[in-house]
This record gives sequence, structure tokens and C-alpha cells, in this order.
Amino acid sequence: MDNIDISVILDNLPFLWEGLQLSLLLTGLAVLGGIVLGTFLALMRLSGIPPVSLVAAGYVNLIRSVPLILVIFWFYFLVPLALGRPIGGFYSALIAFVMFEAAYYSEIIRAGIQSVRQGQVQAGQATGLSYWQIQRYVVLPQAFRNMIPILVTQGIILFQDTSLVFVVSLRDFMTASSIVARTEGRLAEMYVFAAFVYFIICFAGSLYVRRLQKSKTA
Amino acid sequence: MISIENISKWYGEFQVLSDCTSNVEKGEVVVVCGPSGSGKSTLIKCVNGLEPVQQGTIIVEGIEVTAKGTNLTKLRSRIGMVFQHFELYPHMSVRENLCLGQRKVLGRSHDEANEKAETLIDRVGLLAHIDKFPGELSGGQQQRVAISRALAMDPIAMLFDEPTSALDPEMINEVLDVMVELAQEGMTMMVVTHEMGFARKVADRVVFMDEGAIVEDRDTEAFFGNPESDRAKEFLSKILNH
Repeated sequence: MDNIDISVILDNLPFLWEGLQLSLLLTGLAVLGGIVLGTFLALMRLSGIPPVSLVAAGYVNLIRSVPLILVIFWFYFLVPLALGRPIGGFYSALIAFVMFEAAYYSEIIRAGIQSVRQGQVQAGQATGLSYWQIQRYVVLPQAFRNMIPILVTQGIILFQDTSLVFVVSLRDFMTASSIVARTEGRLAEMYVFAAFVYFIICFAGSLYVRRLQKSKTA
Repeated sequence: MISIENISKWYGEFQVLSDCTSNVEKGEVVVVCGPSGSGKSTLIKCVNGLEPVQQGTIIVEGIEVTAKGTNLTKLRSRIGMVFQHFELYPHMSVRENLCLGQRKVLGRSHDEANEKAETLIDRVGLLAHIDKFPGELSGGQQQRVAISRALAMDPIAMLFDEPTSALDPEMINEVLDVMVELAQEGMTMMVVTHEMGFARKVADRVVFMDEGAIVEDRDTEAFFGNPESDRAKEFLSKILNH
């Protein structure tokens, strides 16, 4: 163990940072997109209109029954076929993550919406607010407030999952670490370092979730 | 103004309302009472279409609530409703609670809505609390805010669904006082309540319900002085002897 060389990390820091930026950017955009699409899916499922809720339920069940890596492949290979031109690894991965996460987010959001008392909806109706106004101003703000911890938790999982983008040749943090590890022949240092960075970011996220939960019950 | 004709309603097999008929004239105050589970709350929620009915018609100001294709949102904006559990929006301040409907439904300007909110909240003595959140107020204060929120829409009639049932006893009067004042100003009101003192004081008529049916629908004096049905007599003796 006396030939551990930390300098390999420092020397490649800009390269690794680039990778980390891609991971964070992909996570951030996928969380936002997933929540927006997930909200629509949840509202569709709760709409009470059979064809609409069936479409949403079918989508959610389909996506949740396939591995994420398969969804990433689908969009990498199928979207260019449909569009007739390649859209690049980043966009295909982003679309895959949004579509995939939306299915999970929609289930979280659906539970969040159902946690809002029915009386709140009636109060909105009694004032003459429309269905969409009630969702927008009364139900969703309360639902999201109840859901923030679990939405963040899902975001942490998503951050870890972004390491799968190596399959479409994107250079995220994990891939960047691997490249350095192999080219410099420093496997031990780099994989320990990568684990350390993932741990710090995810653990910070978990602490934040715990604080949110505490402040909610207080 | 509100006319309820032969309405019936079922939850699955269970009939909650059977053949109810009554009406409320403009400026009239009608108290609906009866044992719990008698369908009072369901009846009042049918008036603004929060609960659908399977049979019969309800007409409010010439608009048939029970007809298919009726613009319920528009009708509801003109009928105020106060709930047993207040149902203030917990994520909004008192001010925002009063302004939401005015802005989004009536299309009032920010200043206009705000001014109205302040006037109404001042009337129920809570101006100092206007920027607080519902969770920071007592039950009685919350219910007074809820009444103001309904009044902010300039309703032609007000529906009250057991407005004091969820309150601690010492807070009941502060809410009833607001309602008495409203009644004396000539507001058309339909009130589901167990507060017989309130009924005696301001109600023009009392509707007594039992097991989903309207058993008595009479002038207040006649109802309290000389109830016709045994069930009403029994109900009154139970509720008034305490």
C-alpha cells in the first residue's frame, strides 16, 4: 500500500470536474423534467376519466417493469430512427432519464396528491375555482410540501443512476474516473476517490432530507 | 331562491336522501337539524353541486344545479360555503385565502381584492391577524376567516355545514355572533347546525331531518313550540335538556 499516489487525482481534477458537472447537470434536468411529466401523469391517473387514467397507468407500469439501462438504449437507438437523424448521447440519455423518472415520480406525486384532504378540494370547488385552478393553487402546493423529502431521495437515487450513461459513451463522473484509472494505471486510488465523491454528495442529500423531515414534524 | 324538489341520493345500495323537498326564499334563514347521519350535510352539499343527486331537481336562482351541462363553477362562485373543518388553505396567509377566489374566479385586481379582504377581516375582528397562516389561529378565528373568505365572493346565499361542531365550546359564540349579524343583514342562509339557540334567534324556518328524509319543515316558532312528529320531539328533548 506504500505506492498509493494521490497526485493522480489532483493532476486530473479538471477532467474529473467536467465529468461531475455532466452528472449533476443530467441529474438536475432529469429531476425537473421527471417531476413535471410525473405531475401530469399523476393528474391523468387521478382524473377519473377511464381512457386517460388507463394510458397513464399503462405507461407507469410499462416503464417500471423494464431496467433503466434498457430505456437508455431505446432512446439512443430508436429516437434517431424515428427522427431520421441522431440526437446525440446527452439528449437521448436526458430523454430516457426524464421518461423513466417520470414513472417513479408520478407514483410519489399521486400519493402526495391523495394525502391532501378532500375537504380542501371541496373548499376550492365551493369558491368556484376550476379543476385546474384547484390543482394549481390548492392541492399541488400542499402535496409538494408533503413530498419534498421523498422527491429529494428519489433525486439521490437518480444521481447514482446517471453513472449508467457510459453505455451511450457519455463522459459522466464515473466514466471520467474510469478513464483516468485505466490510462494512469491507478485503479485503487481512482475507484476509492469516486466512491468517496458519490458518498459525500449522496450523504449530504440524505442529511438534507432528514432535516426536512424534522422541520416538517416540528 | 333555492328550491329542492324530490331529491334522492344513494351511496351504492345505501340511500342517504329520500325524496327531500324544501325551498329557501331570498333573505330567509333556514336551519337544518336532526340526529347525526340523517343526511343534513349531504343535503346542503347537493345545493351547490358538491354532491351529485340521482333523482329530483335543485334550482338556485333559476339555474338547475342537477341538470347535466350546468356551469357549476359559475354557480358555486355565487354561493358561499362554510365547512365544519374550516378548510382554509393552510399554505396561504389569511389575506391570500380571501384573495384567491376574488382574483382567479371574479377577476378582481390585486388592490381591489386586498381591500375587500381587509374590510371583511376587520369586520370579524381579525385585522391584526391578516398576514398570519391558518395554523397560527384558534379554531374560532379560523372559522371566522372561513366565513369572510366565502363573503369575499359577494355571494347571493350562504351555506353552513355544521360550522361550530368542530369548535371548543368557548369559541362557538364568536362564530355564531358573526352568523347572527349576517342573518340580520338579510343574507339568505341555509345552516346545518345543532345550535338550537341560534336557530330560535335567527331562523325563519327549521327543517328537521331523520334517516335521509325531511320529517318537518316549519316556522321556527311552530317547530320549537309544537313539533308534530315524535322523532322531532325526541330529538328536541334530548338536545334541549342539556
